[in-house]
Order: sequence, then structure tokens, then C-alpha cells
Amino acid sequence: MVSLATENLGVRLGGREVLGGLSTQLPAGLLVGVLGPNGAGKSSFLKALAGLLPHAGRVLLDGAPLAHMPRAEVARRIAYLPQGQTLHWPLAVERLVGLGRLPHLAPLSRIADSDRAAIERAMRRTDVAHLAQRTATELSGGERARVLLARALAVEAPVLLADEPLTSLDPAHQIEGMEILRDEARAGALVVAVMHDLALAYRYCDRILLLDRGRLVAEGPAGDVLTPGNLAEVYAISAFYGPPAERLLVPLDRLR
Amino acid sequence: MLGLALLAAALLSVGVGSTEIPVGRALSALFGDGDPVERAILVELRLPRAILALAVGAMLGLSGAVLQGYLRNPLAEPSVLGTSNGAALGAVAALYFGLADLHPAMLPLLGISGALLSLILLLLLTRRSESALSIILAGIAVATLAGAGISLALNLSPNPFAAMEITSWLLGSLEDRSFRHVWLALPCLALGVLLLAGQGRALDALSLGEDAAASMGVDLRRMRLRLLLGLSVGVGGAVAVTGAIGFVGLIVPHLVRPYTDRSPSAILWPSAIAGAALLALADVAVRVIPSTNELKLGVVTAFLGVPVFLAHLLRERRLW
Repeated sequence: MVSLATENLGVRLGGREVLGGLSTQLPAGLLVGVLGPNGAGKSSFLKALAGLLPHAGRVLLDGAPLAHMPRAEVARRIAYLPQGQTLHWPLAVERLVGLGRLPHLAPLSRIADSDRAAIERAMRRTDVAHLAQRTATELSGGERARVLLARALAVEAPVLLADEPLTSLDPAHQIEGMEILRDEARAGALVVAVMHDLALAYRYCDRILLLDRGRLVAEGPAGDVLTPGNLAEVYAISAFYGPPAERLLVPLDRLR
Repeated sequence: MLGLALLAAALLSVGVGSTEIPVGRALSALFGDGDPVERAILVELRLPRAILALAVGAMLGLSGAVLQGYLRNPLAEPSVLGTSNGAALGAVAALYFGLADLHPAMLPLLGISGALLSLILLLLLTRRSESALSIILAGIAVATLAGAGISLALNLSPNPFAAMEITSWLLGSLEDRSFRHVWLALPCLALGVLLLAGQGRALDALSLGEDAAASMGVDLRRMRLRLLLGLSVGVGGAVAVTGAIGFVGLIVPHLVRPYTDRSPSAILWPSAIAGAALLALADVAVRVIPSTNELKLGVVTAFLGVPVFLAHLLRERRLW
């Protein structure tokens, strides 16, 4: 079983500390939501977990420091979905999702049947199989978000790090997106997703990391982290809570 | 189809010239017996010219495809790195100081040195960053500096004839190139192609952005070093021998792209082949178009390339 851990993780960008003293343990089988206001350091945290940022402290993948691992090996074990739906060439959807298999391809080898099966699985999971031959740059924002999620799923890595995978999705596809991430976790993967939607996080995440100004404010099950006190302190908002069994949270008003 | 075009271009390139040589006599001249004058024309004049046209065209096409993929910019072409201007400056220096008259190899050698110097400058400028954008900016700086050097040489040239010599060299040509030029250029071009080969997948990964590419196992730093070396050595070697030949690197990837799946890796080799065919054909055009001075290759590629390019863009109804 895979696990990710950080020890005193710190990240400096442009001479400013954007993340500091962050220690946590993330075991397999969990859907972890990373929450916090804009500029809290969520994306930097995720990038550091993916080994994409120089950092202080340590990131441990299955107990071994990520910084000393070959890039190609990390690529097979950690899939990372960046923020912002970047896509520079008008590729066909199938071709784009197929890029997720790059970490598994040996030099000069062709794409194998197992790769093709993984691509197809990923497209079915995110409900984009019918778009396979379309040009990805001509899709709607929501379709594109699902296609890019499929690309990350196609890696079939034990760890999936997703930076705001639900932006520009309609409610049904947002819920479907959360279900996909949760199913990934149920199947034994570790899924860490940066999110902004408190209601969806409250409902679906097994664990929440709440960040504010580069520090880890609270960590634990959604009910213990997204408390009225923490929401007031970090977001300066109030919220309505449904009965405990319903896992229902609706953000209400700005405080102050 | 590309292969056929390449073959036709190669045959035309050897077969067409100011002296008419029928096919039968050409073959017998090539394979030993035959008229020694015709043999000299074919082997000493046309063959090196054809080889250079094909090799330089392939390098320019490949470089354009690699750079457009790497910089993720359909406007990119080999000269954005500044190394072709660097090579041109080296060659212009050879002309300006009269070194070119000392030995025929001086001009291309100085051209290659110019390309390498501008590469070193480029690497120093981009040493601390991994991003592709910094390369564009540093490349523009290097290109502008080298361009200023060329202008200075023109500005200070002792007489109009010297200035004329420099300008006409800058227009790009394959006229009177011998096997000596081939032997100077080929190692550079081969090294360039070797360094650029095998980068297709990394270029594909980059179409999702730098972070996603890195997360898929692409070592951005190493990739950049390799591409910069390959492009500078290859393009620098080409410019040093032929002068500046524009547009091939920009246009060829656009011509090829619609017939592929549009991923950066898919256009690499087709661009090389199409570039070779295009430049060889342009060089044939140079020879058959009647004019008092022989037309310069760079002029022909621009006049030939731009209408083709525009027609193509209009047909595609998109800009890339």
C-alpha cells in the first residue's frame, strides 16, 4: 500500500515563504481534500508532493525521500493533474488521454494493448469515451476538464494529485468527479485534491487538510476540520450544517 | 508521398542547371566513363549543391518542428534562438576582415564559431530557469545583439562593394558550394539531428504544460540543454555554409501538421523530409528562373513559401 508523508515541508517562491513546517501522513485508500483561501499554499503543497518544487524538509513516498528518486519512477507512481486546463496543441481526445501512458513507455517502444486498455478505461470512467475522436481544444470547458482528468487517470498510478479538478464542471459532473475520485481511493489509491467547494469536500472527502497562509491549520475528518470556528478563522464565513448523518454543509455569510 | 517529393527534388537538383545534360549521358558520367566536363559539372558542382540543399532543408524543417513543439508557439522558427544570427555575424566578420579570402573554409568555420558563441551566451542567460519563455526572451536578446553586429559591419564597411558582398551573402545561397562545404556542414547537421532525435515524447508531454510534463517524467533541464545544443549546432552549421535562409523552418511544420494527428512528435520527421524537398526545389527554381544575377535562395524561399503558407492557412481557417 502506497503512502505519502511530509516532514517539516517548506516551500519558498520568489524569496517568500509560501508553505512552512507542514508535517502530515497520507495513507492509501483515502480521498484527501486540501482546502484553504486563495494564496494559502494549496497548489504549492500539491506540487511539492508531486516532486515538482524545490522544498525544505522532506516528502516521503513509501518512506523514501522523493527528492532522491529518479524522475521517471516518480512519474509512474504519482499522477499529477495541474490547475488551469493547459493544452497547447489541438490534439484528438484519445491522443491526449494517451499522453498519460508516457511514463510507462520504454524508449522507442510503441503503445501496447495494455496501454490502450488503460486509455479506454480512463475515458469511460470520466464519461468522455464518446468524444474520443474530437479535437480537445474545441470542447466545452467541462468536457475538457473531464478529458484532462482522464489523462491523469490513464497513468494508473497509486497516487493521484489533482489541483482543482472540478472547476468549470456542471453540478452533475462535479458530483460525478467527486465520485470518480472517491472510487479511486476506495480501489486503494491515495487521492489528494485541491478544492474550493466546501459542500462537496464536506460530503465526499475522507480527510481534510485546511491550509491558511502557508500553515496547516487543521487536519482530520471533514466534521472535525470544517467546524464553525475554523471556517470563521480561515475563511471568515459562517455556514449552515445539516443533521450529522447527512454530511451537509452550506456556506452562508461573510463575517465581520 | 513525401518520400516521392523528396526523390523528385533530389533528382531535379542534380539534373537541372545552366548546362543541359541528358539523363543517359549524366548516368554514364556519374559512373566512370563519359565526358570529363559533364562529370565535373555533375560531381563537383551539382552533387554537393544537392546534398547541401537536402541536408540544410531537413535541418531547418526539423528545427522548426522541434522549436514550435518545445516553445508551444506556432510562430517559432530556428532563428528565434539567435544562433543563426550568431552564425551570420561570424560569417560577416570573415567577409569584413577579409579572412574569407585567405581560405575558402574560413567563412563557414567562423560562422560555426559565431553560432557556438551565441549558444554559450544563450545558455548563460537562461542558466537559472527551466521555462521555455525565458529562452524566447534570451534568444531575442542574442539575435538582436548579433544583428546589431552585422549592421555595424555594414555601417563601417570600407566601400560599397564590401557592403554588397556582405548583403548578398546574407541573402542565402547554395551557389558554388563544393564538397569542402559539405564536409564542414554535415558533421554539424548530423550532430544536430542526433541531439534532436528521440525528443518527440517529451515534446508531446509538454503540450500539457511544463508541470504536467515534469510530472510525467520529463527532465526539463536536460531536455532544454539537449535541444539548445542540437538546434544551435545544426542551424548554426547550416547558416554558416548557406547564409540565412528564412521561412523554411517556420512554414514546413505548418504544411505538414494537417496530415498528422497534430502532436509535436508526429510532425518531426515529416518536417525534416518536407524541408529537404522544399529547399532542394527552391534551389532548382533559382537555377531555372532566368535573371541577370542568379537569384538568391533566401529570396526564393520567401517568395515561394509565403503564398503557399497563406493559402494553406486560409484553407485551414485557423492560425495553427
